[in-house]
Amino acid sequence: MAKTSLDKKFDQIKKREEEKSFSTKKRSRIVSKFLNNRLAVFGLIIFTIIILASLFAPLLSPYDPMRVDLRSMRQAPSFDHWFGTDSTGRDVFTRVLFGGRVSIFIGLGSAILSAVVGIAVGCYAGYKGGWIDVIALRVSEIFMSFPQIILVLLLVSITGQSLFNLMAIFILTGWGGMYRLARARMLSLREEEYVQALRSFGLSTFTICYKHMLPNALSPIMVNITLSTAMFILTEAGLSFLGLGVPLNIPTWGNILNVAQDILILQNYWWMWGPVGLVISVFVLCVNFIGDGLRDSTDPSQQG
Amino acid sequence: MMKKEILKLRDVKVYFPVKAGVFNRTVGHVMAVDGVDLDIYRGEVLGLAGESGCGKTTLGKAILRLVEPTNGEVTYVSKEDDETELTSLEKKDMDPFRKKLQIVFQDPHSSLNPSFTIFGSLQDPLKKFGVNSKEERRKIIGDLLEAVNMRREYMDRYPHEFSGGQRQRIGIVRALCLDPELIVCDEAVSALDVSIQAQVLQLLMQLKKDNNLTYLFITHDLSVTEYLCDRIAVMYLGRIVELCDSEDLYKNTLHPYSEALISAIPVADLDKKTKRIVLEGDVPSPVNPPKGCPFHPRCPKAKDVCKTEVPTLKKYSTNGNEHYASCHLIDLPEIS
Ligand SMILES: Nc1ncnc2c1ncn2[C@@H]1O[C@H](COP(=O)(O)OP(=O)(O)OP(=O)(O)O)[C@@H](O)[C@H]1O
Ligand code: SF4
Ligand SMILES: [Mg+2]
Repeated sequence: MAKTSLDKKFDQIKKREEEKSFSTKKRSRIVSKFLNNRLAVFGLIIFTIIILASLFAPLLSPYDPMRVDLRSMRQAPSFDHWFGTDSTGRDVFTRVLFGGRVSIFIGLGSAILSAVVGIAVGCYAGYKGGWIDVIALRVSEIFMSFPQIILVLLLVSITGQSLFNLMAIFILTGWGGMYRLARARMLSLREEEYVQALRSFGLSTFTICYKHMLPNALSPIMVNITLSTAMFILTEAGLSFLGLGVPLNIPTWGNILNVAQDILILQNYWWMWGPVGLVISVFVLCVNFIGDGLRDSTDPSQQG
Repeated sequence: MMKKEILKLRDVKVYFPVKAGVFNRTVGHVMAVDGVDLDIYRGEVLGLAGESGCGKTTLGKAILRLVEPTNGEVTYVSKEDDETELTSLEKKDMDPFRKKLQIVFQDPHSSLNPSFTIFGSLQDPLKKFGVNSKEERRKIIGDLLEAVNMRREYMDRYPHEFSGGQRQRIGIVRALCLDPELIVCDEAVSALDVSIQAQVLQLLMQLKKDNNLTYLFITHDLSVTEYLCDRIAVMYLGRIVELCDSEDLYKNTLHPYSEALISAIPVADLDKKTKRIVLEGDVPSPVNPPKGCPFHPRCPKAKDVCKTEVPTLKKYSTNGNEHYASCHLIDLPEIS
């Protein structure tokens, strides 16, 4: 078959396309942008250290966080007890390490689970619209407007204090924010032409919204997960300090801090509450740095 | 050869509710498409022209049921002359027709999913329509990529690695992947550079020939349509105001609105230059279209009747061809 001028033109275009060097992957751009953010990297490093330290707590400390040792009560920090000991002679450093496990588990776990609930509802309702969306929106408003502290008091008095009750409350009050975020993203994404194209093939709603659209809504949700983690950790500390959070026999950062309720301890034994307070603040700060870094690096309107 | 319909639209209307107030009550309707009768013939290229906001995209989407028509019928006629009314079908019964009717979109930037490779986003439709082996899906997509002058390997790349023209060709691949009969090309080239426009248009025409396609070619630019389309429908405020062979539209224009659109086409040939008819005012809101002829506030020829009586689309004959137009001032004999 003879080559027409049209074919030749196309051949030329083809060649040009082949020569054109393709830009690197989008994902690596986000990573490099994140790594350029000093605070975020600093946050990530400290965050990782704290998490690893609590995970490998038994290797780092020879003490048992629960064992009472009345011979070494209220000792100031020393080489043997880095953060000193508490009123029953337990090693504070060890307790902070083990407390981190529970506190971080509560914070991260609640944030991820409320994101899962929020995303599951938000994606579907945002994409479908109509009465499902109206109902979901109202329900989320009810949950979000309900004061957390009253919910905690209610649940504690009904079912008693437990780690899982606390997480359940965090998820109940936290999913609304995630839901709204996911819904808002879906509302704008559903008008995109690739979504219309998928609909024109009659693909199922589930495939379209959870498989094809959700990946494009994830970055603001990831940011929100980090920020909620920080918030939940702080709330847990606050509630435990008041004696409403996790049962006192489980070491958490908040429960360790709880001893500072005693004015005697607050005034005379700074090591029982000072270091743990610092660890909470540093950890929360680092998580926030990471969140900000994530937000900046995934935000397409902030170039550079 | 007898012309056979592939799609028959009867009194198609698409109204979007306008909501306002605390209680989100419906206070009015955007009459995006307001009573369209149109036959699309197998194998033709039918142009659909009109200013921005006149309802072209909405009509195209209504055909595919991407928006639900408020009223009217869309009937698909198969090669064997079986007629199926699409708008009354259950969603799941639409599937066999979704294969036959496809769409190419305007905006190359939002037409591909940024999180998936080309293969990743195109394989689900194939899977749904029974192409079960991965090799086969890769083969189909690869072959089509080659048919639009791209390399097979591109299927494993992400959309951001492609230029606008390439993305548009990938959009065409997507429309073609289930072997459709009719493709709605919604301003498929308007977002592209002029030089690339020509390539993509030529490609579309080549594909039409190779695959026996029918196109509904939506555009706001009448200068492209003349060479491309067999017939052209001109739309104004959700209605078709003129419909005829494309040659007749330029030579024997009947409707004052089409006349204004045609006079606005820039001409290279200075001798041919006609006086440009400048339309005054904006397109009226489709929420409250004017009474009488919807075009009368801007029509340079408007008379008193135009303000009160709505003209209907009537059939005339120019050059021996059917020619539909809706205007009170046409002094040709109407054909029944
Ligand atoms: N989902 C929607 N909800 C409400 N109004 C809509 C919706 N989609 C379109 N419209 C309105 O319907 C009218 C027709 O829109 P449409 O997109 O069909 O115009 P168009 O002819 O394709 O214009 P363009 O050339 O700009 O693409 C416009 O007034 C638009 O505002
Ligand atoms: S009916 Fe009247 S207003 Fe409408 S297009 Fe014809 S002349 Fe103009
Ligand atoms: Mg449009």
